[in-house]
Amino acid sequence: MANKADYKITESAAELEEHLRDMLFIRHFEEKCNRVYREGKAGGYMHVYIGMEALAVGWMKAIRKGYDYVITAYRDHAHALLLGTPPVAVLGEVMGRSCGTAGGKGGSMHIYDPKNGFYGGWGIVGGHVPLGAGLAFAARYRGEDRVCLNFMGDGASNQGVVFETLNMASLWDIPCVFIIENNEFAMGTRLEYHASDKELWKRGLPFDIRSERIDGMDVIQMKRQATEIVEWCRKEQRPAWIEVMTYRYSGHGAADNDRQLYRTKEEEDLAWTRDPIARLKKQMMELGYLTEEKYDAMDEELIEEVEKIYIEADASPHPEPDEVYDNIYSDMKPEMGH
Amino acid sequence: MGIETTYRDALNQSIEEEMLKNPEVFIMGEDIGRYQGTFKVTRGFVEKFGSRQDQYNYRILDTPITECGFTGIGIGAAMAGLRPIVEFMTMSFSILALDQIINHAAKVHYMTNGEVKCPIVFRGPGGAAKQLSAQHSHSMDGWYAHVPGLKVVAPATTLDAYGMMKSAIADDNPVIFYENPGLYTLKGVIPEDQNFTVPIGKSQILKEGKDISLIGYSRMTQVNLAAAELLAKDGIDAEVVDVRTLLPLDTETIYNSVRKTHRAVVTYEDWRSGGFGAEIAARIQEDCFNDLDAPIGRVGGLNVPMPYARNLELLCIPSEEDVVKAVHKIG
Ligand SMILES: Cc1ncc(C[n+]2csc(CCOP(=O)(O)OP(=O)(O)O)c2C)c(N)n1
Ligand SMILES: [Mg+2]
Repeated sequence: MANKADYKITESAAELEEHLRDMLFIRHFEEKCNRVYREGKAGGYMHVYIGMEALAVGWMKAIRKGYDYVITAYRDHAHALLLGTPPVAVLGEVMGRSCGTAGGKGGSMHIYDPKNGFYGGWGIVGGHVPLGAGLAFAARYRGEDRVCLNFMGDGASNQGVVFETLNMASLWDIPCVFIIENNEFAMGTRLEYHASDKELWKRGLPFDIRSERIDGMDVIQMKRQATEIVEWCRKEQRPAWIEVMTYRYSGHGAADNDRQLYRTKEEEDLAWTRDPIARLKKQMMELGYLTEEKYDAMDEELIEEVEKIYIEADASPHPEPDEVYDNIYSDMKPEMGH
Repeated sequence: MGIETTYRDALNQSIEEEMLKNPEVFIMGEDIGRYQGTFKVTRGFVEKFGSRQDQYNYRILDTPITECGFTGIGIGAAMAGLRPIVEFMTMSFSILALDQIINHAAKVHYMTNGEVKCPIVFRGPGGAAKQLSAQHSHSMDGWYAHVPGLKVVAPATTLDAYGMMKSAIADDNPVIFYENPGLYTLKGVIPEDQNFTVPIGKSQILKEGKDISLIGYSRMTQVNLAAAELLAKDGIDAEVVDVRTLLPLDTETIYNSVRKTHRAVVTYEDWRSGGFGAEIAARIQEDCFNDLDAPIGRVGGLNVPMPYARNLELLCIPSEEDVVKAVHKIG
C-alpha cells in the first residue's frame, strides 16, 4: 500500500488534469447536493462521496464504459456521473424531478443508467452484491468479456449474502470485481466495532478468490491498480475481492448532523491531510503541470458548471400524479385504487 | 388429440421446450441437476442440456444452499436480459430470499422508471405436501400477491401448468409460479402444439352453476370441483371459478360469476387470517355488494403452524367437506 508518491508518474499532464477535474467536479456536485438538501429541495436519505472521489475515478478509468457493468449501493452519484449520466438527470433525481434518471421515482439512493452500464443505486445494505454477480454471470453465460464492478461499503461486507455470493462467484468463475469502499465507518459504527478482523481484504481468501487491499486516496495508483485487476478479471474470468482504503469527510448521509457522536474533530483533521484532491494537486504542481491560478480557475469553472446544472434541474417539474402507476410492470398497470 | 401427462411432467416438458427454443432461458436451484429436483420437475435435464460430469452447467445450474444469494444472482442475470427460472425446493425456503424478491426483483422496474426489466420466474411447491410439518408447508402465495411488481400465478390443472409456465417464462416481469405439491401427480392432457400458452391474468370457469360461486386457485380449485359434486347431491348447483392468477387479479370473471349466482365462498389453503382469499372477499364486497344475497363465505387453512401428525395436518388443510359446510353456513 503506497501512501507516498514513491513511484514515477508517467501519465501526461492532460491525463492528470482530467483526473483532477473529475474529482473536483464530484466534490462540487456533492457539496451542491448537500446545500440543496439543507434548503429542503431534496429529501429522504442522501449520501455523498466527499473524500472518496479518487476511488470511483480510478475504477471508472479502468473499465470499458458502457460495456462493462457497474453496480453499487446508495452512495451512487459519483459512479453515475463518471459513467456519463447527464449531471442534470442525477441532480434532478436527487430532487425528485421528472428530468431525473428515474423520473423522480428513485431518488438519490436509486440512480440508474443501464445504457451506460450503470445498474444502480440500491438501498438494502449488501443486497445488490448478488445482483452484480448476476450481471457478470450473464456476461459469462453469453461468452462476452464484460466484467462487473461491484461496489459495497465496509459495513455491507458483513452481510451474509455477500459471503454467499463470493462462494458462487468463485465456484462458477464469475468475472466480477468486488470492491469494498472501506471508508472506516458504517453509519456511526467504526470499522473496529463492526468487523471482527479489520483486514476486510482477507474475506475473499477462504473462497479461493484473489484478494487485496489497496489505497484509494491516490488516484494515480488507484487507476493503475484497478486497470490491472479489471484486465486480469476479464482475461482469467475469475472474481476478485479488493478492499480499498478511503474516508468520507461528510456525515454518513445528509441526515447525519452530529459526527462528533462517533469521531473527533482531530481525527477528521488528520484525515483531511490525505485528501485525494489536494494530493493530486500537489503532485501536479511538483511536476509543473499545474499552477495555483490554473487550479483556482478550474475550481471556479466547475462551481459555475454545477450551478448551471442545478438551475436546469430545478426548472424541471415534479412527476405528474398519474405517473404513480407507471412502470410497476413492463406490460400493464395494476387496477387503479387497488 | 394431445398428450396424456401429469402436472409435474407438464411443467418439465414446458420448461424443456422453452429452454430448447431459447438459449437465454436457464434454470437454477438446489439439487435440480444431478438429483433432478426434489419433486423431480427437472427430471432428465442434466443429460439433455449437459452431462453429469460437468463441474457446473450454466443452463442447469445446481446451486449451493444459499437461497438469498442464488436468487440475487438470478435477478442480476435477469436484469442483464437472461431469462432465469429459479426453483425453490419449497416455497418455505423462498423466505430466505424474500429480500431479493421483494426489495430487488419487484422494485427494479419501478425504481428505474422502466429502464430495467426483470424477466425471471420463481417457482416451487407451496403449501402442505404430506407430514412435512411446520417449516416445510408454507403456502406463501398471499405474501407474494401482496407485492406490487410481482405477478403471481397458481395453476390448478395440468393444462394450465403447461401453458402458464410458457407465459411465465415469456413474461418480462418477475413471476411467482406457485405449485401445490398435492397437484404434481394430477393427470391431464396437454396439446402437441408447443406454441400453446395460457395467459397470465385470466381466470376461468371450470364448472358452470347458478346457485353459488366457489372461488379458489391451485389445489383448492380441485377441492372446489369435488365439493361441487357433493353439493349437487344436495341439489345445489355450484359454479367453480378458478382464479389462476392472483396478481394481476381478473376481478371481472369473478364478479360476473357472483352477479349470476349471488352467493360466493372463497377458498384458499394459506392461513385463513390475512390470506389472499380475504382480499378476494373484500373486493367482491366492495364492488358487488348489491348483487349478494348472503355474506361471503371464506374457507382457509387453520391459523396454526402446520402440525406433523397426519390427523392434525388434515384438520389444517381445507377439504371439500369444509367447503360444503361453508356453503351451508352462509345459507
Ligand atoms: C439491510 C439494511 N440494514 C440497515 C440499513 C441502514 N443503513 C444504511 S447505510 C448503513 C451503513 C452502511 O455502511 P457501509 O456499508 O460501510 O457503507 P457507507 O455508507 O460507509 O458507504 C446502514 C446501517 C440498510 N439500508 N439496509
Ligand atoms: Mg463505510
